[in-house]
Amino acid sequence: MRPGTANARSLGRLALKAGAGVTLAYILTPLLFVTWLAFFQQEIPSFPPEGYSLRWFLAIPGNDRFVSGFLLSLEVAVIATAIGLLLGLPAALCLARTQFAGHEAVMSLLLLPVIVPGIVLGIALYVFQVEAEIATGLPLLGSLGGLIAGHVLLVIPWTLRLVSASLAGLDRSIEEAAQNLGANRWVTFRRVTLPAIRPGVVAAALFGFVASFGNLEMSLFLVGPGRTTLPIAIIQYLEWKIDPTIAAVSVLQVLLIAVAMLVTDRFVRISRMV
Amino acid sequence: MARLRIEGVSKRYGEVVAIREVTLDVADGEFVVLLGPSGCGKTTTLRVVAGFVEPDSGSVELGSRDITWLPPWKRNAGLVFQNYALFPHLTVAQNVAFGLEMRKTAAADMGRRVGDALKLVRLEHLAERVPRQLSGGQQQRVALARALVFHPDVLLLDEPLSNLDAKLRQDVRVEIRELQRTLGLTTVMVTHDQEEALTMADRLVVMQDGAVRQVGTQQDLYERPCDRFVAAFVGRSSFIEGEIEASGSFRSRGGLALNCAPGAPGPATLALRPERILLGHAPQPGVDNNLPGVVEFVSYLGATVDMHVRISAKERVVVQIPNRAGGLVPQVGEQVHVAWLIANSIVFPGSA
Repeated sequence: MRPGTANARSLGRLALKAGAGVTLAYILTPLLFVTWLAFFQQEIPSFPPEGYSLRWFLAIPGNDRFVSGFLLSLEVAVIATAIGLLLGLPAALCLARTQFAGHEAVMSLLLLPVIVPGIVLGIALYVFQVEAEIATGLPLLGSLGGLIAGHVLLVIPWTLRLVSASLAGLDRSIEEAAQNLGANRWVTFRRVTLPAIRPGVVAAALFGFVASFGNLEMSLFLVGPGRTTLPIAIIQYLEWKIDPTIAAVSVLQVLLIAVAMLVTDRFVRISRMV
Repeated sequence: MARLRIEGVSKRYGEVVAIREVTLDVADGEFVVLLGPSGCGKTTTLRVVAGFVEPDSGSVELGSRDITWLPPWKRNAGLVFQNYALFPHLTVAQNVAFGLEMRKTAAADMGRRVGDALKLVRLEHLAERVPRQLSGGQQQRVALARALVFHPDVLLLDEPLSNLDAKLRQDVRVEIRELQRTLGLTTVMVTHDQEEALTMADRLVVMQDGAVRQVGTQQDLYERPCDRFVAAFVGRSSFIEGEIEASGSFRSRGGLALNCAPGAPGPATLALRPERILLGHAPQPGVDNNLPGVVEFVSYLGATVDMHVRISAKERVVVQIPNRAGGLVPQVGEQVHVAWLIANSIVFPGSA
């Protein structure tokens, strides 16, 4: 090989690395700043820090709004994820296995919640719940059920997309093999299909959970009086103060999700899925 | 094991006819190979037997049971898939045990039978591996053990050797055939590889365009092909188009007058097997047909040599000669004589 070519190639490789480094820094910088800020001693964030302390972290358990917000967010996210999976998984199976008129339309409809802006979705659900409550007399508005129902919409698109991707990569002949060996449709699904698409299902659960847990816009319209999710508690806190408490809460939230991802990734390689 | 009867089975997908009126009787313990080019309906036929394709008409009987409308899981047929279709998340032993589990076999019995099945395919030392840790040949044997362990009434093989490399394929052919004989397995195999079909089968079924063309032993198909397609697909043939002018006399399009077996006058095709044609530098005394020709192409195959010899403006035949020590191998452009006996040519009425 001519030396010039080799040089050009190593130069290209260097440029690639530099580009990747800049992108990574761009993504990580805000995260690093928030983390740094969370340990500042002074109440009004300013540079350079006057000192470091854990006081903001230690104050979180004493703040009732954050604790109850966290618990509510957790409850809503867990239940919404479970329901979203129960609905999204059969939908993904059906859409992957059958062809019918309006197939594309149904697919798009189910993916819509990630495309429609959260505010719009929130208002629409709010108006719907108002009308439904007037029509039926059921206490929907501001109820836990109403909030969860809204969050289910956030989980379904993730389930559908990730499970569909798994199903597309599934070798159908292993299902036929199971049937040939004596497994009926249900046993085939439980023993062969489900284990094969498990990474997609786990990834869907994880991303659905994160989407629900971090959702602010829609929740703003659907929470009832005295009921506050963690993102709402953060926004409300910010209206009064800008001390590093928020940074500390954010760090904990990021840590929680990161740990969840790392742990799941150890069991199923979701990094291959998304 | 049991006898398999396929009776007048047809299947169409919209306008496309996948198989039409396929009828086949496989005796208990017999090894039948469905042979044909891709799209000829052989795999569809196999899938009808396995229960993955519902026929539009006809019936399938296995032993004394009519299984035409049974779901796949109630058929008790062992199928080996082309890509083996092993369960990737289960070990070799768990893969093999699957069929027994579905039949609620007692745990102790199951362990023993899985062990026996793995021993049969010589994989007992790999029982705890998962499929992706195995080579293609090993995966193929796991698939075979998995299909045999529950004592199926019929063994179905869908191009089981096509994903193996050439050398291994030779060995596995013999292995499967011996296993099949020892266990007395009623077996139906699908392949497009005629050599594979010829080595393994008791009987062959040649299919084309969804229909059965001919059923018979290797000799039946090679010596007495029923039509031009079979003559071309099983072994090789050179074809000479023309017409029978009078019984026993054939005139080719290129104007050659040839002697042939008695038959009714009309358009016809003459088929010649390459190794049944004699080649020399002079006419062969006592042979029915003697023609001068020019060698146009030589392919040297090692044990044999193929000569493509032009015998008229419109006709060329392939002659296969043994590559004997000191034997004569004519060169391209050389003048030669080809000759064949009437008994070694086959006449198909009608033109192509």
